[in-house]
Amino acid sequence: MEILIALSIGILTGGGIFLTLKSRIFSVVLGLMMLSYAVNLFLFSMGRLSINKAAILKDGVQNYADPLPQALVLTAIVISFGMTAFLIVLSLRAKKELGSDHIDGQVDTKNGDKN
Amino acid sequence: MTFAMIELPLIVLLPFLGAAVVAYVSKAHRLLASWVSGFITLFAIIKLFQVSHIPFNDQTLVQSFSWIRSINLNFAFRLDGIGMLLAYIVLIIGLFIVIYARYYLSKKDSMGRFYSYLLLFMGSMVGIALSENIIQIFFFWELTSLSSFLLISFWQYKKEGRDGAIMALVVTGGGGLALFASFMMLGHIVGSYELSTILQSRDIIISSPLFTPMFILFSLGVITKSAQFPFHFWLPHAMAAPTPVSAYLHSATMVKAGIFLLARFYPVFSDTPEWDFIITTAGLITLLTGAFFAFFKDDLKALLAYSTISHLGLVTFLFGLSTPLATFTAIFHIINHATFKAALFMIVGIVDHEAKTRDLKKLGGLFNLMPYTATLAMVCAASMAGFPPFNGFLSKEMILDRALNDASYLLVPILVTLGSGFSVAYSIRLVADTFFGKKSGFLQVEPHEPVSGMKLPIYILSFACIVVGIIPMLSVYPLLEVAVAGSLQATAPSVKIALWHGLNAPLFMSLFAIGLGFFMYWKKEILISNYDKYLSNLDARIPYNKAIESFFEWAKVIDKKIHEGKIHDSIYTLIISTFIVGFFGFILYGNGNIFGQRELLPITALSSIIFIVLTITVVSVILFHKQKLLSLVIIGLVGLIISLIFIKFSAPDLALTQISVELVTIILVLLALYYLPPFSPTESSKFKIRADLLLATIGGIGSAILSLSVMSREYNPISSFFIENAKSGGGGTNVVNVILVDFRGLDTMGEIVVLGIAGIGIYAMLQGLNLYAPTKDARGFKWSIDSHPVILKTTTKLMLPIMLLVAVFIFLRGHNLPGGGFIAGLIAAVAIIVQYLANGIEWSSKRLNFDKHFLIGSGVLIAALTGAISMVLHFPFLTSTFTYLNWPIVGKFEIASAMAFDLGVFLVVVGATVMILVNLGKVSMTSHKLSQEDNQKEEY
Repeated sequence: MEILIALSIGILTGGGIFLTLKSRIFSVVLGLMMLSYAVNLFLFSMGRLSINKAAILKDGVQNYADPLPQALVLTAIVISFGMTAFLIVLSLRAKKELGSDHIDGQVDTKNGDKN
Repeated sequence: MTFAMIELPLIVLLPFLGAAVVAYVSKAHRLLASWVSGFITLFAIIKLFQVSHIPFNDQTLVQSFSWIRSINLNFAFRLDGIGMLLAYIVLIIGLFIVIYARYYLSKKDSMGRFYSYLLLFMGSMVGIALSENIIQIFFFWELTSLSSFLLISFWQYKKEGRDGAIMALVVTGGGGLALFASFMMLGHIVGSYELSTILQSRDIIISSPLFTPMFILFSLGVITKSAQFPFHFWLPHAMAAPTPVSAYLHSATMVKAGIFLLARFYPVFSDTPEWDFIITTAGLITLLTGAFFAFFKDDLKALLAYSTISHLGLVTFLFGLSTPLATFTAIFHIINHATFKAALFMIVGIVDHEAKTRDLKKLGGLFNLMPYTATLAMVCAASMAGFPPFNGFLSKEMILDRALNDASYLLVPILVTLGSGFSVAYSIRLVADTFFGKKSGFLQVEPHEPVSGMKLPIYILSFACIVVGIIPMLSVYPLLEVAVAGSLQATAPSVKIALWHGLNAPLFMSLFAIGLGFFMYWKKEILISNYDKYLSNLDARIPYNKAIESFFEWAKVIDKKIHEGKIHDSIYTLIISTFIVGFFGFILYGNGNIFGQRELLPITALSSIIFIVLTITVVSVILFHKQKLLSLVIIGLVGLIISLIFIKFSAPDLALTQISVELVTIILVLLALYYLPPFSPTESSKFKIRADLLLATIGGIGSAILSLSVMSREYNPISSFFIENAKSGGGGTNVVNVILVDFRGLDTMGEIVVLGIAGIGIYAMLQGLNLYAPTKDARGFKWSIDSHPVILKTTTKLMLPIMLLVAVFIFLRGHNLPGGGFIAGLIAAVAIIVQYLANGIEWSSKRLNFDKHFLIGSGVLIAALTGAISMVLHFPFLTSTFTYLNWPIVGKFEIASAMAFDLGVFLVVVGATVMILVNLGKVSMTSHKLSQEDNQKEEY
């Protein structure tokens, strides 16, 4: 099972990197979303994988899933939402100021969108 | 704590306190600033006098308070002889400068700012003198550099002032960094940062292998601060400062800070090859070059600056000799130099003030116009040149004696005699070319004697020169003896200081020096014309500027190599360097196997299918990323699979969070998508796509290997602590939530602040943003007119209370079952946002018109307040408590203070999320109207 998770992390990271290398803001946002999935999964897996272990304390239960990475990842998910939102709005503002959705602020010369 | 226990910190902090007061009262009246500064300085002197009996009784007073325990930093003060001497010099000369500057500054200058900076500097210097902890010494050391920067550039409109200030800061600040590194090493060697311990640990220090690098860094700090060769060049440029500043900082006090450290660490560093070589050489070269160049300077302040450099070199050289007698002489000369040089600077200030120039070529014959000032100048200059019966003569005789007896090479006494000959020469030139000779025709004004208040400090200092010169044993000797004992950390050698020691070698060396000086002045025309021809082009600013420029050039080159302003290339740099670091880390420091021995969980058929689906979705996102709507739908699928993974591996909280965040994110991106072109143009070449794919593959494989190598290893988690204490300490059974709101509450607090800031930042960015909104969709069809379908409208209205109830339920149970503030906040936010989506902005804004800023602010406040209450009750910040209540119907119910904290989290999440989405939606409303108007225009 660990192999599958490791491969998933790898695929998500690879996909994320590829998309962030694109020059249009939307692709970069997609890439960052994917990278944050990968990072969150990676952090989560630091507590090792555990199937059917208790997450809530109960008398008589000995085996628990590691709660610490879970707590860390929980806030990371919310923060990455904040980051994605900020990035998207920043890109809208940049589009307004520069007239382009190119991440390096290059102004479109050919077709694409016309403002 | 009695008053006596804070005597030393009080003396140090008084000027700092005064700085704030002075800046404030100067608004009322400009002269009030000087009066208050004077009284504060006087008060500090009295306080110091009250404890002065302690060093005189051969004792050391240490007053220590714990500051930052984890780095061994104590707020610790120490009063011994040498520290007391420096503190007295700083405070007494400081008082004179305060008086002098009151007359020196013109009505246009801001008195409050000047005196405030001056007191800041005074406090920092006293801090260096009276600190026990070496990190604290460094702290005050840097403060002197900073306040010196402010004072040099006091006349901010003058370019040379600004340049000189920056140069001084770069040189002394750089030296300060070296000093800090050496103090760190010293503390590491000794195991303590307290002087009391360090001064007892000579053997440990000099036998340490770290001694040589530590000492080199130490001497860098010392020679930059005390303007020693080759770092002396900043001092002449610092003369752009107002003259009181030059008199105070750049002759009497700050430049003595480096020398003070030599005296301070003399017991542990001296008499080592490193000390003897570096300190003696730097001192000797500085002494000669400083005195030589001083003679040729036409600017009076430049002449004094080079003379100061030379005298500092002399003192440094004496410390380098590593004998108690040389140290005695050095400390004696520190006192003498402070008296005559501060006075001379003030005199030059007066000349400059009255004659409106300080160029020796334009001055001359001022004796008849200002006889008192001229007489004072002659006394002080004679002391500087080492003429009897002034104090400068006494220390010069002793210096020549030490050079003759303590140095191992014959060359040394010859060089020192030569240096003192130059010193006689420039002293004569200073007096003769200013006050005697023909009255120059260059003067635009008729100079006259200044007001007596301006001369008062000079009278006192010149008087001291004479008194110390004639009756040294009765005047200065007791203080000197105590200071030397403090420096040596042993009894001072008993020395008989007197004007007449009989006909001995130092007397003849002295006579030779005086002869050389007169000869040089006699031949000055020839000497100066030769100097102008060959040496006047030497300017330290040229190599300095070159060095600074080349730093910037290199920074630019490196910067360009790493990123050229293209995100694409920066990502390449980032990933390739990460890969290299990781790869070599594995090879060089790994323990052989990439993967560990931990038993892996078996792979089931279902999870294989899920994995395949995940792979397909990721690949589809990449394939269809140019079709924005489609790829957004697919990536939503990826998020759902991730939450499935969290459920599978026993993390229900994460699954809940992931699924709600996913929803909010997709809505957000959908809203933004409206303004982005529906399709991206193809720009990348085939080669670029291949290279990108290769990099992505490398990154993917690297992270997969890394994750597997971690997961396949055994580990020793710290989470058993949280599991054991969640119920008993935090009062909840949902350990994840207890960690968030209790154990790691401070982290969570930081997270919600970040989220709040993101929300407010987005709000700010969206202000006044009008974007072009297309009136047709990608395929050229007009948007549906029925934007708010009735069924959706009706059901969402029904759903709102139910969703909010769910949110409350999730929130309340969060401490014990999956849920909590984050998840409940997201659910509530979704409930509200759905109303906006279904019913439109206008309709919803009227009905859901609550202030989101207020929500974010109150959330953060509630969370902080919960923490603060525990502090009021004398527990650490964010300590939580809980109790059980019996509610009717509900039954036994647990109430924890952490719940209030979680409420804060809830409010911030709701506030930020709703604010982000609703404001983005509002942009669409205004933009939509704009583009409709456009459309109508088009149609007509």
